[in-house]
Amino acid sequence: MALDSKIPAGPLGEKWTKHKGEIPLVSPANKRLIDVIVVGTGLAGSSAAASLAEMGYNVKAFCFQDSPRRAHSIAAQGGINAAKNYQNDGDSVYRLFYDTIKGGDYRSREANVHRLAEVSRNIIDQCVAQGVPFARDYGGLLDNRSFGGVQVSRTFYAKGQTGQQLLLGAYSALNRQIAKGRVKMYARHEMQELVVVDGKARGIIAKNLVTGEFERHSAHAVLLCTGGYGNVFFLSTNAMGSNVTAAWKAHRKGAYMANPCFTQIHPTCIPVSGENQSKLTLMSESLRNDGRIWVPAKKEDAEAIRAGKLHPNDIAEENRDYYLERRYPAFGNLVPRDVASRAAKERCDAGYGVNKTGEAVYLDFAAAIMRYGEEEAHVKGVNNPSEAEIKALGERVVEAKYGNLFQMYEKITASNPYKEPMKIYPAVHYTMGGLWVDYNLMTTIPGCFALGEANFSDHGANRLGASALMQGLADGYFVAPYTVGEFLSKDIRTGKISTDSPEFEAAEQAVRERTEKFINNNGTKTVDHFHKRLGKIMWNEVGMARNEKGLKQAIADIQALREEFYADVRVLGSANGMNPELDKAGRVADLIELGELMAKDALERNESCGGHFREEYQSEEGEALRDDENFAFVSAWEFTGVPAEAKLHKEELTFENVELKTRSYK
Amino acid sequence: MDLTLKIWRQAGPEAKGEMKTYPISGVEEDMSFLEMLDFLNEQLIEQGIEPVVFDHDCREGICGMCSLFINGEAHGPGRKITTCQLHMREFKSGDTIYIEPFRAKAFPIIKDLMVDRSAFDRIQRAGGFISVNTSGNTIDANAIPVPKENADKAFDAATCIGCGACVATCKNSSAMLFASAKISQFSLLPQGQPEAKERVLNMVHQMDLEGFGNCTNTGACEVECPKGISLENIARMNRDYLFASLSSNK
Repeated sequence: MALDSKIPAGPLGEKWTKHKGEIPLVSPANKRLIDVIVVGTGLAGSSAAASLAEMGYNVKAFCFQDSPRRAHSIAAQGGINAAKNYQNDGDSVYRLFYDTIKGGDYRSREANVHRLAEVSRNIIDQCVAQGVPFARDYGGLLDNRSFGGVQVSRTFYAKGQTGQQLLLGAYSALNRQIAKGRVKMYARHEMQELVVVDGKARGIIAKNLVTGEFERHSAHAVLLCTGGYGNVFFLSTNAMGSNVTAAWKAHRKGAYMANPCFTQIHPTCIPVSGENQSKLTLMSESLRNDGRIWVPAKKEDAEAIRAGKLHPNDIAEENRDYYLERRYPAFGNLVPRDVASRAAKERCDAGYGVNKTGEAVYLDFAAAIMRYGEEEAHVKGVNNPSEAEIKALGERVVEAKYGNLFQMYEKITASNPYKEPMKIYPAVHYTMGGLWVDYNLMTTIPGCFALGEANFSDHGANRLGASALMQGLADGYFVAPYTVGEFLSKDIRTGKISTDSPEFEAAEQAVRERTEKFINNNGTKTVDHFHKRLGKIMWNEVGMARNEKGLKQAIADIQALREEFYADVRVLGSANGMNPELDKAGRVADLIELGELMAKDALERNESCGGHFREEYQSEEGEALRDDENFAFVSAWEFTGVPAEAKLHKEELTFENVELKTRSYK
Repeated sequence: MDLTLKIWRQAGPEAKGEMKTYPISGVEEDMSFLEMLDFLNEQLIEQGIEPVVFDHDCREGICGMCSLFINGEAHGPGRKITTCQLHMREFKSGDTIYIEPFRAKAFPIIKDLMVDRSAFDRIQRAGGFISVNTSGNTIDANAIPVPKENADKAFDAATCIGCGACVATCKNSSAMLFASAKISQFSLLPQGQPEAKERVLNMVHQMDLEGFGNCTNTGACEVECPKGISLENIARMNRDYLFASLSSNK
């Protein structure tokens, strides 16, 4: 099947307005005849379900958590971008568009990204109207801060809990529709299979996680808003339950998976402390506004620190290597995430790491505390303040900005970041890849849409900070509710979709067989045992740096792991009733298959771009070497039975409005 | 470190539950409390014993999914943290730790340590929203300035994670802190005013329907709240409720 991205004709800035005006409308009376399923209730899912219900469609929404409010969007910390130009620093829709294209290393679609930048402004207006309490300045107007990869202040925030506040806003909009009976909410339900009838997505098989029952749900369209697949690495900043199952089931039924190897490794996370660790915790990128990243300039100092013989505060200024400021003077500590992560890895690999595993660098607030302290002393009219006074004043300013993050750090590490620098290291955080979608956000299965992190569309090979929240809400509030019209307008005479069809029967049967196989397997090893091994393979060979040999090895290792998993996994209990181990087994089975496809995708992409760094393709200075001549395309993979033998379809990327340049932050 | 765990096991909502004892060794200080339970579950599975069921998801203190009453305290010892943020360095080798579900009539047990908190969702649905449709042309976000003090207070109230520690801690199983957090957030913002009266009346009504108790001002909820939601919110809710009761058109 040839890929048709359905990008509207016309000048870039007019495409979306024109397209929106031309999408066939479904009359209010007919909307009542149309059912829509929304899977996942994060920013994309909640906002889409609420908006579609407001418009008049009958919506069923599903989440595996006990409440829609708990979806992992809740954990996003730093902020949400919007081209409001409230700071009058020269921001514009075009600049947000350009920064996003460049930040994504020229591997995203111009038209999609421009649309995202356009609607970004509506998102802020919408959220404020909903009562989202963004940070404000003393004049009562909205405050902004800067994020990596840009030179303007366009990030709106609510302390370090922006995701929480935005999600609770979308959750309140969803609640309003649930209360009206326009949305039927199914919490503690997980999608197990997509049902395709006559080539169109017409429903899902969902599992009631409390009773263990399988339920058939039909609809005229299915929206997958199920987030990313970072948990393929076992250790990531994702929630424990985050998984790829919904997207993977769609992939197996014909939806292409695009750029699966584009993974974002976030530079500022709390380093791994031990073998029994279950997840990694992010320290928001906003900290790089004020924190300076460094390692000791002398190897012997690093060794002494690792041995516990030297304290970082005792290292003199001239013996510190602020390597981001050194390598990238123009952007300094605010280079994009992929660049910052690789730079940290480079220093640690060279032997300058600062914790016992040798995999940590410092994020230091001492300079910022003094700077703010002096400012405060000035404002408060304190004459000749002592250093201790300045410090105390500065600490209060830093606390107001990042208090909850500092507290979170201290709880986890038992170290006080006001007094000594934080230790951080890169960790898996976000996946730019996902289900291939056209301009309408429809996958290659008609009627099956993918929104938010679950699709691939806007971030190219690297996502900029504070853009995930923007994309989730853009897709859910302002894009999908309109673009589904093109598909659904043909369904006004279809009538209710029956759940008694052979397709539903077969889908449910397949789910039952899979479940029973796990229960009756009588293996010897736990699900987590296999998940951890998968994670190690992925982190070592498909992580921050990749090469041909390692990727080939990873494919072989994952295939062997998959066989062993099915032969030897042990799941206790029964299929009737609540059984979280059983649910986890199903998720890990899909992550194993996905891991193999990620390695395949990384192997085929013979260039370095964004989060995908192939060791064979780098400059003498260790910077990524992109190959626009041969790889300016989206890799869309068609499932053929074995992930590593998936069929590649290329969507060529054409750039009519920006010039492809080497991404330089120097 | 070596520990003795006393854990509530209950096969289902109707089943009879009991405390079971599990000795565990090899626990590390850097483990979080939930990682310690993962560690226990791995061992139980190997022994052919069904693992302990508990709610958890983000493991960074924000989703509100984890619960647990640990040694008689919601989210265990330590202030302003959730169970997932509690680390084993707070305990010492030889300790006996009692682990129970959040208990309240309105939070029925599903299995082991997992409870049903859907009553909280129903309280929110009764009025925890501002009625604005998605249109893309609401007024500009900066058209209505909000005094910083009010915005900050609204934010503080809005940081409630809906975990239910307040209810589990309260001797009356009251949900006043939870409900008042949302009511206060909107009460402090200009956008929340048009529906303010109906909101407080409806949410309080729903709270009563769900079987939550009343507030007798012990303040235990505020102490145990992982986000430090202030009692001031309950006072504000009571004031709003009184005002709405006396002046509502209903």
